[in-house]
Amino acid sequence: MNLRKRVVLIVYIAFLMVPIYWLINMSFKSNTEILGGLTLWPQGFTLDNYKVIFTDRSWYSGYINSLYYVCLNTIISLAVALPAAYAFSRFRFLGDKHLFFWLLTNRMAPPAVFLLPFFQLYSSIGLFDTHIAVALAHCLFNVPLAVWILEGFMSGVPKEIDETAYIDGYSFPKFFVKLFIPLIGSGIGVTAFFCFMFSWVELLLARTLTSVDAKPIVSVMTRTVSASGIDWGVLAAAGVLTILPGMLVIWFVRNHVAKGFALGRV
Amino acid sequence: MTKTHDNRAWWLVLPVFLLVAFSAILPMMTVVNYSVQDIFDSSTRFFVGADWYRQILNDPRLHDSLLRQFIFSGCVLLIEIPLGIAVALAMPTRGRWASACLIVMAIPLLIPWNVVGTIWQIFGRADIGLLGYSLRELGISYNYASNTRDAWLTVLVMDVWHWTSLVALLCYSGLRAIPDAYYQAARIDRASAWAVFRYIQLPKLKSVLLIAVMLRFMDSFMIYTEPFVLTGGGPGNATTFLSQTLTKMAVGQFDLGPAAAFSLIYFLIILLVSWLFYTAMTHSDQK
Repeated sequence: MNLRKRVVLIVYIAFLMVPIYWLINMSFKSNTEILGGLTLWPQGFTLDNYKVIFTDRSWYSGYINSLYYVCLNTIISLAVALPAAYAFSRFRFLGDKHLFFWLLTNRMAPPAVFLLPFFQLYSSIGLFDTHIAVALAHCLFNVPLAVWILEGFMSGVPKEIDETAYIDGYSFPKFFVKLFIPLIGSGIGVTAFFCFMFSWVELLLARTLTSVDAKPIVSVMTRTVSASGIDWGVLAAAGVLTILPGMLVIWFVRNHVAKGFALGRV
Repeated sequence: MTKTHDNRAWWLVLPVFLLVAFSAILPMMTVVNYSVQDIFDSSTRFFVGADWYRQILNDPRLHDSLLRQFIFSGCVLLIEIPLGIAVALAMPTRGRWASACLIVMAIPLLIPWNVVGTIWQIFGRADIGLLGYSLRELGISYNYASNTRDAWLTVLVMDVWHWTSLVALLCYSGLRAIPDAYYQAARIDRASAWAVFRYIQLPKLKSVLLIAVMLRFMDSFMIYTEPFVLTGGGPGNATTFLSQTLTKMAVGQFDLGPAAAFSLIYFLIILLVSWLFYTAMTHSDQK
């Protein structure tokens, strides 16, 4: 039984890792080696592909733009979702169930549906090609998700804690910031992780709402792909670099994710 | 938990409401507006009623991509949900290996979608990719760019590669939430591994499975970027799913009216199917 489990796990992880290994492998090869034949590891190890990205402004600014709007989105999502999730977990109010369901329906809306209206909306208020436009657009699917996850975590905190705090003379804002937020720290970590993840990986909206100044790395990459004669090495290196921020984030929340998932209703 | 009835809670929800109203209701109204008008330019427009809807509902492009989309989402759910549960059961319960597994498994989720497409595009090519090369060496003819079956399989395997971890992580967290006492009781009763799974783990996993099924259904139904990068919807239209048909119509051909009608129908289908899943799974809970 135990052996079978281990085989399942090892086969699955190998299945996940081999394509990524191949990408990393390619990123350290020169184009002649890539096209010359199949080698399981780089024969002529080179960092040239990475050098291209770190010295060319149009490449590395893509990374900065992406990180910028992703962080902005995570902050906005958490800031508005925290009080709302508290309200949903503690109070009944007029239309609460409908509102909650309506929020979730936004998570179900295909981004393709919103392409044109978003483009026109943000153009008309002069936000086209800014980081804030992408961050706001990504709120469409991240805010409902954040409310959903946080509500689960908050429901796990007994209500007696709130009541005791009020008896002890805490005002609502002071209670919320000083006592409640630290209590659901791991929930916030998990939520931030999900917001970061879904905003970082999204391409369609980010590409549509930007042209030059806020162009994300994902769209820098597609332009290179569509150009004639693909530079496989640089493309692979750029791909590897897009994996790194995500790995950094999961490293930070690794303990919370295991513990946090189990705590919340997620 | 008993909740207090207090309408002042609206103040706490107000920021979310305003933000989502700005980024959802306003654009949605625009879409509705387009779907009932024929627009030539910003000042010349005619009210056409339900014409676009009629045209779209009779459009073979919608029928074909809708059928493909349902088959694809069905396959995705049938493969990813059982596989995700199996992987979650196989994961170590605690310690350093558990967090190592978590991190490794989360990697595909954190890769931008177009890079996922790029990875598989490279991986599947017979000249430079390990998969394509190995298959060719094994004597299996494989070309995702020209063969319909291969293209389908590649897109499907890519999606399994990309998203099974999400199901596994959710199930893993659900499994960790089961108190040890349940397992102890099962041991005393000498329950078989299957009985433990069927009568303890599976019922306890129900709520996370609901989330996993809904998320996987919604996201696979909206899939755009990965097949777009990998196959470009081809060969022919074999891997053109709904989002791509819509984007082609709206941005490529600029058919605003039909595209808007298409959008609303598309959205309604997702809403309807999600609602069906939700009620089916919560309803059986109450019995």
